[in-house]
Amino acid sequence: MKCADGFRSREITAPLVEEIRRNLTRPLRIMEVCGTHTMSIFRHGIRSLLPEGLTLLSGPGCPVCVTPTGHIDAFVAAARLPQVTIATFGDLIRVPGSNGSLATARAAGARVEIVYSPMDALTLAQQEPERMVLFPAIGFETTAPTIAATILQAEQLGLTNFLIIAAGKTIPQALEALMADPELQVDGLLCPGHVSAIIGSEAYRPLAEKHHLGCAVAGFEPADILAGLLSLIRQSNAGTPQVDNCYTRAVTASGNIRAQALIDEVFAPADSEWRGLGTIPGSGLALREKYCQFDGMRRLAIPLHPTKEPKGCRCGDILKGRLLPPDCPLYGRTCTPLQPVGPCMVSNEGTCAAYYRYSGQKESRR
Amino acid sequence: MCLAIPMQVVEIKGGADVLLDPQIALVENDGIRKEIRLEMADRIPLVGEYVIIHAGFAIHTLTVEDAEYNLSLMRQMAESLEQQGRLPGVSE
Repeated sequence: MKCADGFRSREITAPLVEEIRRNLTRPLRIMEVCGTHTMSIFRHGIRSLLPEGLTLLSGPGCPVCVTPTGHIDAFVAAARLPQVTIATFGDLIRVPGSNGSLATARAAGARVEIVYSPMDALTLAQQEPERMVLFPAIGFETTAPTIAATILQAEQLGLTNFLIIAAGKTIPQALEALMADPELQVDGLLCPGHVSAIIGSEAYRPLAEKHHLGCAVAGFEPADILAGLLSLIRQSNAGTPQVDNCYTRAVTASGNIRAQALIDEVFAPADSEWRGLGTIPGSGLALREKYCQFDGMRRLAIPLHPTKEPKGCRCGDILKGRLLPPDCPLYGRTCTPLQPVGPCMVSNEGTCAAYYRYSGQKESRR
Repeated sequence: MCLAIPMQVVEIKGGADVLLDPQIALVENDGIRKEIRLEMADRIPLVGEYVIIHAGFAIHTLTVEDAEYNLSLMRQMAESLEQQGRLPGVSE
């Protein structure tokens, strides 16, 4: 089966939708792993195009959403130190920790700057040598090499006022933990586009073989996503689950070797806590000892405390695909995009925020 | 977090010193210009080629033929959605 590149126009999506209808012979549950897929599926109204019987579940692929409260608290604690400037991706800023967010810290006088790239944080550190610039290093395999390259650059420049809090995570380990959960009924995985550009489509093969689970790597345009779904339906019908790369314009079987080498140089696999999923062995990226001078937790003596989820928040079940957002008692009541309680409502790639914005369902069913 | 639009390389700058002046690409799409790092690009792109970008870094290079084909299809999609009043970002 070969998915051609670049299915994007309606002339191409309409036949794809028709093909999906024709091929779907029994109910299927497919998890879209990546937050950008979730967002694209909602924004383009893809759910409304699909036949009944094809259920899309949102997975754990929004980096902000899976960052545990303890890490958010550590970022906020760093922000409150008078000598520290936080330079962060924008979608992290409003995520509430157990005692405020980076946004509330900023309102109280902390320096919190939004950057587009970790390299911008490094530039800030160069411009303001009297301050410690800390980058909260969340994200998956796509972001990790950009942070690794930034750290290598900081080392080469001899900068001592650039720090990170390593909170990166890796997708295959989380998927393995999810798929090992007998309660989770998933018939196929729509695998992320740009994470796969780094790790390569072959990274999903152990998952496909062990769990007899179809995997399709897809890009972010509507027709990319439809092509991925069609691949998963056909794999299911044929009874031969495999890994199908439907995003060949960005993804190769073995991935981006230079980026993999950057990750491996700076980070080592470590156990990591995922919000809603708990601690998953080997799913985190810790700074190697060689680069410990960039470890903000250590340099600023910031503790990592265990935390509880906000009362009533069901982000954990939503990230596992067990519940849909309106099944959470807080959804649309105390938790809205303007006043988010849980991370799935904060990030614009969060399932709850996408659901609230695009689905028309604005209130909890509970 | 992921940006799917390939951007065209209009200039390769720097490279005089690996440390202090690393090679970077100036890229453009629809009037937006940005400087992009190349440490993790699968190869150094030529001027006129396209790159897929994540957080200020090129993660994959595309030949002109690949990218033009993709971009034309993307524009067609936007136009067809616009005709239906369903362009992303337009309020309903």
